[in-house]
Amino acid sequence: MRALLYSARFRGVIYQILVVSAVFALGWYLVNNTLTNLAARGIATGFDFLGREAGFDIGESPIAYSAADSYLTALTVGLLNTLEIAFIGIVLATVLGTVIGIARLSGNWLVARLATFYVEAVRNVPLLLQLFVWYGLVTSLPNPRQALNPLPGIFLSNRGLKIPVPEAHPIYAALLAALVAGLVVAWAVKRWAVARQERTGRPFPWGLTGTAVVLGLPLAVFLAAGAPFTLDMPELKGFNFSGGGTLSPEFAALLAGLTVYTAAFIAEIVRSGILAVPYGQTEAAMSLGLSRGKTLRLVILPQALRVIVPPLTSQYLNLTKNSSLAVAIGYPDLVSVANTTINQTGHAVEGVGIIMAVFLTISLALSFLMNWYNAKVALVTR
Amino acid sequence: MKFLKTMAAACLLLAAGGVSAQAGTTFDAVKAKGFVQCGVNLGLYGFSSPDDKGNWSGLDVDACRAVAAAVFGDASKVKFTPLSAQQRLPALQSGEIDLLARNTTWTLSRDTANGLNFTVPNYYDGQGFMVPTKLKVKSAKELDGATICVLPGTTTEQNLSDWFRANKLTFKPVVIEKNEELAAAFFSGRCDAYSSDASQLAGIRANEAPKPEDYVILPDLISKEPLTPVVRHADDQWADIVRWSQFAMIAGEEKGITSKNVDQMLTSLDPEVKRILGVTPGNGKALGLDEKWAYSILKQVGNYGESFELNVGKSSKLKLDRGLNALYSNGGLMYSPPFK
Repeated sequence: MRALLYSARFRGVIYQILVVSAVFALGWYLVNNTLTNLAARGIATGFDFLGREAGFDIGESPIAYSAADSYLTALTVGLLNTLEIAFIGIVLATVLGTVIGIARLSGNWLVARLATFYVEAVRNVPLLLQLFVWYGLVTSLPNPRQALNPLPGIFLSNRGLKIPVPEAHPIYAALLAALVAGLVVAWAVKRWAVARQERTGRPFPWGLTGTAVVLGLPLAVFLAAGAPFTLDMPELKGFNFSGGGTLSPEFAALLAGLTVYTAAFIAEIVRSGILAVPYGQTEAAMSLGLSRGKTLRLVILPQALRVIVPPLTSQYLNLTKNSSLAVAIGYPDLVSVANTTINQTGHAVEGVGIIMAVFLTISLALSFLMNWYNAKVALVTR
Repeated sequence: MKFLKTMAAACLLLAAGGVSAQAGTTFDAVKAKGFVQCGVNLGLYGFSSPDDKGNWSGLDVDACRAVAAAVFGDASKVKFTPLSAQQRLPALQSGEIDLLARNTTWTLSRDTANGLNFTVPNYYDGQGFMVPTKLKVKSAKELDGATICVLPGTTTEQNLSDWFRANKLTFKPVVIEKNEELAAAFFSGRCDAYSSDASQLAGIRANEAPKPEDYVILPDLISKEPLTPVVRHADDQWADIVRWSQFAMIAGEEKGITSKNVDQMLTSLDPEVKRILGVTPGNGKALGLDEKWAYSILKQVGNYGESFELNVGKSSKLKLDRGLNALYSNGGLMYSPPFK
């Protein structure tokens, strides 16, 4: 018994059990206290409200939605809007951030100074303020009746950007299938080419071949079907344009704000990643006779990515979470829709719970994906 | 931003549990601490807005002051908690405030599922539309396909959807959570119309439009908005006090008792006036208050008509008509049960 008490290992286990039970007890107390007090005040709890008719409209929605749909559908619309802005924002911020990051390392004095100015100016101004500026800019465009019309069918007004979109046609499903088939073929070609090069040392231009297949297959299908193509043109009707595709001012302002802001951080991450690879690596690659492009692609980038990916993940998470600032400028994201839901139903605890659960899930999924990618680009040690 | 505030409110709800779990004792708690904690709008001209010295005024503020006058005989014993639309119900539910007088519409679900009790409407409002004069729109029915600016966190969004659905029209909402940002978006032309309670539209037009005469408020009202002070469920004595404080102001107007003549009225021979002013005792005891409770309200806050004219009526910037808010004897809805 005594021996057991003096055993560091045993005491360690006891401490851990104590800590875990304390955490659980605290959690149980909070939940229980909330439920008791909500019941004592006669406030209904539970998630039944999700099935009730929402009764409010949403400005933009990727799926069909009307006020007669349920709160669950409304929240789904909000979630899809959040995912849409996060996905497009991440792609654009990565591209812009990489360009700015490389520009900061440029030998050209002006380019490097401009990039530095961009990073310092954008990083140090609160995002909410930037969103208001973007939204102010977008809404100060002329009204629909005096819309700018730079190209036929394209209208820019304070109601957003209106563009012609191709009308729905069964051929588009076939095009998508062709695209997927092209991607599969390209992937197979790359595998085969890499394997052959490792075996025989003879390279194969798989990049060029792959691109040709991915673009060529859908094009061939499209031409074979007789190239059916009609455009749905926007036209001014009553208060606003009808027909065509829309980029709403709220979406545009939020996207611009998130992209420009996050790109400044990504630029610094990219710069640090590239600087982290010693110049000796470049010299060594060149002395082996690799071209500039191959040096960058095969030697510098794989090593730089190991430094870049982990902090990049946290920027992606930041961008996703920052998208909840959408409420300030009227983009109907998850938080905005959930806010309305909370106010109409009075289910504040459940509503906030849903917001937290959704953002946690998105963040964990994104982080899992990036960790997997990180493991893939990490230096393989044998 | 609002997400954080909602979070904070939710946490507060969690934390407040241990402190004020007992129901039915708001009156005792208020007497013990010596003031009424009243939730009001962050700033809505005519209803509750602070001046440059931090003094609050408005119709809702007067409702709070009337309760303080009834309880303490001193209308200044009230502290104001400015609340956003989203914060207001949790703040009341959690016990942070004793009374919510924040242009809150009385609805069935709020009165029941949210654990609240509505007292007496202090303003009968209705949701309307404001449009730029140059659109030449004469009626809300012409707004098919319009983009409409609307605040979240109220019954406004739902009313709008209901009305457009009922009339088989379509619209696109632009939902921005802050009054000023939404007004800025509307006045920059992002929306064809701005929809809110008619009294708020008048306030926004008077205070925030670059040129008020460029905007009209359409005559159509698409909803009923009885704006009503609220208390928590299961606190009947407190609800009675809040309710009758409001009735005292209405009864005062019915009987012609004003803040100026209330002292002369003490000698009135009208038995109802004597009962209102506590010359004939009984009503105060029944409510658990001093017999001078209604006298204090009328002396320090004034009757309903005085409060209306000062805050939202012809002598204010809003210049609203009495309309539904006139006494029943003048064709309105303001009516006090007998003080017996």
